[in-house]
Amino acid sequence: MRILVCVKRVPAPGARINVTADGQAVDAAHLGFTTSPHEECAVEEAVQITERLGGEVTVMTLGPAEAEEQLRYAASVGAHRLVLLPITEVDWDPQRTATALASAIGDLETADGPFDLILFGNESADAGGFQVGVRVAYALGRPIVNGIKGIDVGGDADGGGSETGDVADGTVAARREIDGGFEVYRVSLPAVLGVKEGINLPRYPTMKGRLASKKAEVALDERAADVGGQGRVRLHRPEEQVSETVILGAGPEAAPAVVDLFEELGVLA
Amino acid sequence: MSLLVVCEHDRGSLSDASLEALTFGRPLAAAAGLELDAVVIGEGAEAAAEGLGAHGAVTIHVASHPILTDFGPEAWGETVAQLVRGTGATAVLACGTERGNEVVAQVAARLDQPFVANCRSIEPGSDAWTMTRVQWGGSLLEDVALDADVHLVTVAHHTVEATAAEVPAAGYESAFAPELDEVLARTVVADRVVLTQGITLSTAPVVVGGGRGVGSAEAFAPLEELAAELGGVVGCSRAVTNNGWRPHSDQVGQTGTRIAPEIYIASGISGAIQHWVGAMAAKNILAINTDAEANMVTRAGHAVIGDLHQVIPAITEEVRRRRGS
Repeated sequence: MRILVCVKRVPAPGARINVTADGQAVDAAHLGFTTSPHEECAVEEAVQITERLGGEVTVMTLGPAEAEEQLRYAASVGAHRLVLLPITEVDWDPQRTATALASAIGDLETADGPFDLILFGNESADAGGFQVGVRVAYALGRPIVNGIKGIDVGGDADGGGSETGDVADGTVAARREIDGGFEVYRVSLPAVLGVKEGINLPRYPTMKGRLASKKAEVALDERAADVGGQGRVRLHRPEEQVSETVILGAGPEAAPAVVDLFEELGVLA
Repeated sequence: MSLLVVCEHDRGSLSDASLEALTFGRPLAAAAGLELDAVVIGEGAEAAAEGLGAHGAVTIHVASHPILTDFGPEAWGETVAQLVRGTGATAVLACGTERGNEVVAQVAARLDQPFVANCRSIEPGSDAWTMTRVQWGGSLLEDVALDADVHLVTVAHHTVEATAAEVPAAGYESAFAPELDEVLARTVVADRVVLTQGITLSTAPVVVGGGRGVGSAEAFAPLEELAAELGGVVGCSRAVTNNGWRPHSDQVGQTGTRIAPEIYIASGISGAIQHWVGAMAAKNILAINTDAEANMVTRAGHAVIGDLHQVIPAITEEVRRRRGS
């Protein structure tokens, strides 16, 4: 299996997210950076699939030069190849991002053959545009389903099937959570899936993995793409919800006051 | 010219989220000088179309095709894209649910137009539209200028409460037969598995949430008991699922489930941003925490300062006592 995972470097949010004076970005002065959570799970899923079936995991990101850090992290947990599409602006809009990714993926595939599976996070933790994966899949002419919390390659998402299918003409069974259960999609490869946290518990890097990732090669692939129709005017914090907290009491003695509240709200009926 | 609202339904049962989109769409269409229309897609669409007139839809496009047996993001997206081309609609709106955002993204890719997800407010203009959308699941807002031929947007879930129109619209039903390539059946739902019947985390009137302070998987038993007593369900924070104490499907938060119960009882939860944005649509929040300065406590309407391991069983006991008397 040749798998590509697209990830995004995002600030690791603290208790409070502040905005720069010009309103164009999150003030990262006191924040660390991380891989967007859904995408960290996508990398883990790709690594697990290739551990079972063999193959190679490529991780790609479009971001500032510092996003190399997130690519190296992916290498430390098992990714094989790293590609950075460097940008100098704060954030590219979703159309522009998708155009650049699709053309970079197209060139990689021309050089080394198609990816059987391309994974995106369902949405980025910061901008949350809910569209880059869909746009890339459409540009590549491939199926995509979002919201995926279970992937079974050549098998059955119920967990009943083995994962040793004929990958070349295989299908992927993908599970999506809905209220009270899940839907199963059976998509033929090559396919694109938008993955959600909960599909797995990502591993921590080993010391050996960390050391190897420092030496891993990061391929730079600078891309130009037209600006899309969604323009940022400014970021701002929502007005604080001023709530005067009513303390009902301390310890178990507060129980009658709590149940009074239940009665008042009609939840005891 | 029209604003087309994509209405979700599950095998004929219209979602409340779609009614939120229509509610949000009514003043938007009026301000933009557009007719408010709706589209319902696939098997069961006719049943789902009933009553949309009462929510303000003038024309309801009922789309059907042999491959539209169930939800399918590509087939739904292609259907809406063809309808936009056919009717000349200049705006498409859906509720920012998982399906809503996915379908409008599909429409955007097909029409090669920008798409602004999860708006809180929209000001239509003769030139660009401006809107405020949520980032970080709602802990940050972004003002956006949208320059497009077709304005593709979703409204963040729970931004408005669904209400019927003051004056019902015609609700004229119009059959629409899209031309769909059979290949798009590749992403139509193939199968469904039901795990729980009845109320779920996103629909429960009461959610009893536990965080790191609960301490172990076993220690959730008293929370389960209280939830059962109140006809609710148990939720949890990200720390809990990361520790493997509860399945991810129980997680409340930005990367889990958004809840909107009558009351959310948040016990042993500090209230990190990631959790808060999943819980903030709750109508009432009761925090139970040993730390009176915890974010969850200061943001909640009501709080009990104390150890959840003592407080929760005492509440359950009190509920039973009052019911018994």
